[in-house]
Amino acid sequence: MTRSLPVLTVVAVLIALWYLAVIPMNAKWEYDQASRAGREIGLSELVANTMAQERPVLPAPHQVVVELWDSTVVEELTGRRGWWRSGSLSNRSLIYHGWVTLTATMLGFVIGTGGGILLAVGIVHNRAMDASVMPWAIASQTIPIIALAPMIIVVLNSIGISGLVPKAIIAAYLSFFPVVVGMVKGLRAPDAMQMDQMKTWSAPGATVFWKLRLPMSMPYLFASLKVGIAAALVGTIVGELPVQEGGLGVRLLSGSYYGQTVQIWAALFAAAILAASLVGIVGMIERRVLRRMGLAG
Amino acid sequence: MTAVIEARALNLTFSTNDGPVHALKDVNLTIGKGEFVSFIGPSGCGKTTLLRAIADLEHPSSGSLTVNGMSPEAARKARAYGYVFQAAGLYPWRTIAGNVRLPLEIMGYSRAEQDERVARVLELVELAGFEKKFPWQLSGGMQQRASIARALAFDADLLLMDEPFGALDEIVRDRLNEELLKLWARTQKTIGFVTHSIPEAVYLSTKIVVMSPRPGRITDVIDSPLPRERPLDIRDTPEFIAIAHRVREGLRAGHVDD
Repeated sequence: MTRSLPVLTVVAVLIALWYLAVIPMNAKWEYDQASRAGREIGLSELVANTMAQERPVLPAPHQVVVELWDSTVVEELTGRRGWWRSGSLSNRSLIYHGWVTLTATMLGFVIGTGGGILLAVGIVHNRAMDASVMPWAIASQTIPIIALAPMIIVVLNSIGISGLVPKAIIAAYLSFFPVVVGMVKGLRAPDAMQMDQMKTWSAPGATVFWKLRLPMSMPYLFASLKVGIAAALVGTIVGELPVQEGGLGVRLLSGSYYGQTVQIWAALFAAAILAASLVGIVGMIERRVLRRMGLAG
Repeated sequence: MTAVIEARALNLTFSTNDGPVHALKDVNLTIGKGEFVSFIGPSGCGKTTLLRAIADLEHPSSGSLTVNGMSPEAARKARAYGYVFQAAGLYPWRTIAGNVRLPLEIMGYSRAEQDERVARVLELVELAGFEKKFPWQLSGGMQQRASIARALAFDADLLLMDEPFGALDEIVRDRLNEELLKLWARTQKTIGFVTHSIPEAVYLSTKIVVMSPRPGRITDVIDSPLPRERPLDIRDTPEFIAIAHRVREGLRAGHVDD
């Protein structure tokens, strides 16, 4: 409770500010409507109306919550194509689109993490890689992913790869970087004394890696994984924009095509909730593993 | 008496950004089997460097250095020595037994032999019963005893110790010194021990090597007349005080050129 109180206070303040902002943001449309009808609009009517527009500039929080509820639970339980009636997830529901995004995110995260760890191992153990890889890794992250994503999709499509994999590769492209940076630091975490100690036992490089470097790098790895999994989600959503085969990215884009601001915000919140859950799960595993290893600090 | 360590005209120079540093100059030293040798001197006198050169962690610039009649590198690969660092350096993710087992795993001992050796050396440093504890559950003194057990586990005849008790308080230190002497008597090992404490050096050693800095060199080698059996109160005897005095004189002589 002592921990949640400050958080809840901040959330309450943000929601209050949001509601306050809704009134001026949506007021213009109400004034236009009123003047077109040739009548004056009172303040209380204005406030009430700005909170209930169908296509507001800025939807009110409760509209987003209702949309989230409608496009998940309600859609799946009562919708014609919902899970309850058809046995499969509805393509109008955020659960379906969230699942599409989640699978690509997880595949991309696994590829990115694996690739990042391999690169870090190479950088730490190979002088040539140490001197050459990092500048390229940094350069790769300076290219706007929104520009790169369509090219990756087009190139992969031309060699017959489409669907999940191109999105996962874009996700991996964003998530490998924090893992490389973190793991290089982590694998170099053993101090001079620990390395000397290994030398006194004439331990070969592979043994030093498995018994000392890798365990020592765990706190760094988990810190990187938390950044990496959120980056993978962003990459997946960006990868979904040009493909239009489902996913939260599709919901975001179609929402903006048709001016469905409430739908955009609901999809945004679904993405945020998904990201927070993924980071939370990684954090939970982190706490367990590090406490077990005596590395929790 | 066979020589375990033999240094002849040994020089070791580090190149640093401020030019070369003469860490060891013309070091001549013979350490026989079963001796307890302390290296004492102010910081920068090369005592740790000499120990590290013996362990093949530093490479001499000139002169000869042999360990068990071999080059330090060959001796290291033949597992001639166990090395105890200033910090215990136990892995927090391993239990005490797991930490002591680590060099045995690296050296490829069978699981049964590992278990037997871990039990034996933990008994030796009086840590039997702490096998399943993790390092953070032990005091600093106990952690350092575990690190000594780890250095003893693979039966090297030479034990090199670099200020192993330097970070511990004096009461713990006294007790560990006493235990170290018992351990030395039981195991018949040759011990090289770096310290900057005069009482510690005199209490423990059969031979005290006094060193001085800039350049790092040996100024005096004292063969202790004290008996091998040493209760703690031997430190109040005239013989003990006389040796301590000679060590102090040696240290002071080394400072003349400052």
